[in-house]
Amino acid sequence: MYLLFAVLIWGLYTAGFYMIMRRSIMKLAIGLVLLGHAGSLLIFASGRLTRGKPPIIDEGARVAVEPFADPLPQALILTAIVIGFGVLAFALVLAKRTYDVVHTDDVDEMKTTDL
Amino acid sequence: MELILPIIVPLVTALLSLALWRSVRAQRIVSVVGSFALLASSLLLLFRVWEGGVVAYQVGNWEAPFGITIVSDLLSALMVVVTGVVGFCVSIYSLGTDLKGREEYGYHALTSILLLGVCGAFLAGDIFNLYVWFEVMLIASFVLLALGGERAQMEGAIKYVTLNLMSSTFFLAAVGILYGISGSLNMAELSLALARGEKTGLYLATAMLFMVAFGIKAAVFPLFFWLPASYHTPPAPVSALFAGLLTKVGVYALIRVFTLIFTGDVPYTHGIILTASSLTMASGVLGAAYQTEFRRILSFHIVSQIGYMIMGLGLFTQFSLGATIFYVIHHIIVKTNLFLVSGYVNRISGTYDLKALGGVFRAYPALGLLFLVPALSLSGVPPLSGFWAKLSLVKAGLDEEAFVTTFVALSVSVLTLFSMAKIWAEVFWKDAPHGLEFRHVEGRGRLALPTVILAVMTLAIGLWAEPLFRLSMRASEQLLNPREYINAVLGVGG
Repeated sequence: MYLLFAVLIWGLYTAGFYMIMRRSIMKLAIGLVLLGHAGSLLIFASGRLTRGKPPIIDEGARVAVEPFADPLPQALILTAIVIGFGVLAFALVLAKRTYDVVHTDDVDEMKTTDL
Repeated sequence: MELILPIIVPLVTALLSLALWRSVRAQRIVSVVGSFALLASSLLLLFRVWEGGVVAYQVGNWEAPFGITIVSDLLSALMVVVTGVVGFCVSIYSLGTDLKGREEYGYHALTSILLLGVCGAFLAGDIFNLYVWFEVMLIASFVLLALGGERAQMEGAIKYVTLNLMSSTFFLAAVGILYGISGSLNMAELSLALARGEKTGLYLATAMLFMVAFGIKAAVFPLFFWLPASYHTPPAPVSALFAGLLTKVGVYALIRVFTLIFTGDVPYTHGIILTASSLTMASGVLGAAYQTEFRRILSFHIVSQIGYMIMGLGLFTQFSLGATIFYVIHHIIVKTNLFLVSGYVNRISGTYDLKALGGVFRAYPALGLLFLVPALSLSGVPPLSGFWAKLSLVKAGLDEEAFVTTFVALSVSVLTLFSMAKIWAEVFWKDAPHGLEFRHVEGRGRLALPTVILAVMTLAIGLWAEPLFRLSMRASEQLLNPREYINAVLGVGG
């Protein structure tokens, strides 16, 4: 299971980095999405993968019995997804507005502020 | 109570500004009053921390390390105070600037949210909470940067947004792995857990991920290219706010993480920081030498100054960290002021281009003096604040026998003086070029007042450096003996 996750996360990071190095501004936005997903899965995997063991404390006990699924990474991922969604919505509008103003979607043409 | 006020006040200010969407006039009043209240509450916090040591607050009464902790040591309190100063000065300055309709689209609310994010990041005691505050700050800065929709702004914003989102990705991945190896997100608990645990390869890899993430935010070599591409594009008060605060949040995060959490392999991690600091200083100042646009020169100097700040962190002694803290505070005041002066010059002349400018000193002698104070302080001329900041860093460098870095620091300081002299000669001293007419604009007092306040502070720190110096040294003592911080968060004996 861990191997599958590792390969999946590796694939998402690779694809994400490849996409943000493309010149098209839309591909850049897609790359950022992929990187966000890769990060979320990485957090999920680093919180240990457990199946069918809810983090519920038995009656009378004070701590849950190992192994149990850690709920914290899921809360982190949820927060990260919400933030990522908001930021992505902004990035897409920015891409559209930039296209309207600069009349191209080629990042290589956007060098006037660098000179 | 003092501890959460610097978060509550900008939040209320932002909400009020949003509620008063229709009335720009009311928003202006709210923004000035709100930023003044932030300054007052931050001073209260500093006083409290100076008197009673590190304070911590557990949100919702969930015990640390399970809940979210808000905590302030002297470093945090000092940073919040300068944030208050910058916020107050910029909010007054905005009143005298022609924002071309930006005020109708939430300019004042956004600056308050930016201040909220910055203060929150300084006070966060939980690494994931720090990430969330970073995002609050980032989204506000994204919108402020793009607001107005001019071509240069859009091009700058694309680079700024992409690189900062990259940095967030690294940050998030690092937080995830850190949780995986230690099982905690509370910074005080992390400090204990990692000190106990084994220093495996994963430990160093996580440290490096944090270094890259915060290095991008702080504009450290070789991750700084987004900064000079974007900081000169928005209106002057926005770039002053960014220049003063945003990269320094990155520096603060570097200091916090590499004094509290990752201190297990100092020669390796801090050695990298020290090398990066020399390269940052040199590349920033050399980039500035080539530029002929007022704010682009200043932007490259931010990069070079970041090098000085992390030099103290790289040396990692109590004295060098104190020097770094002193440097950060001096730099925020001076850099904000330089951007404000550049905006003033632009307001009366309509340009930032050094070639098109000239004769400002003859027409406005007082403005020339207002430029000289921060400019000379930036290059480290005595008796201004920058002199003491650089002197203590150089002394720290010599004490630790880091001769190469110290040599770079001294030469970069000379080149900084050259750069400032270039601006002085081109903008203020040479005769006004043909076709340059100074405009008479209303509300110049509102532009001048913040620059005067900041210049007086620079002078005051320079002539009377002892109090701030003692504060910085106390703050660095707290950083290197994290017991007090940990006890305040986890309860005594935790």
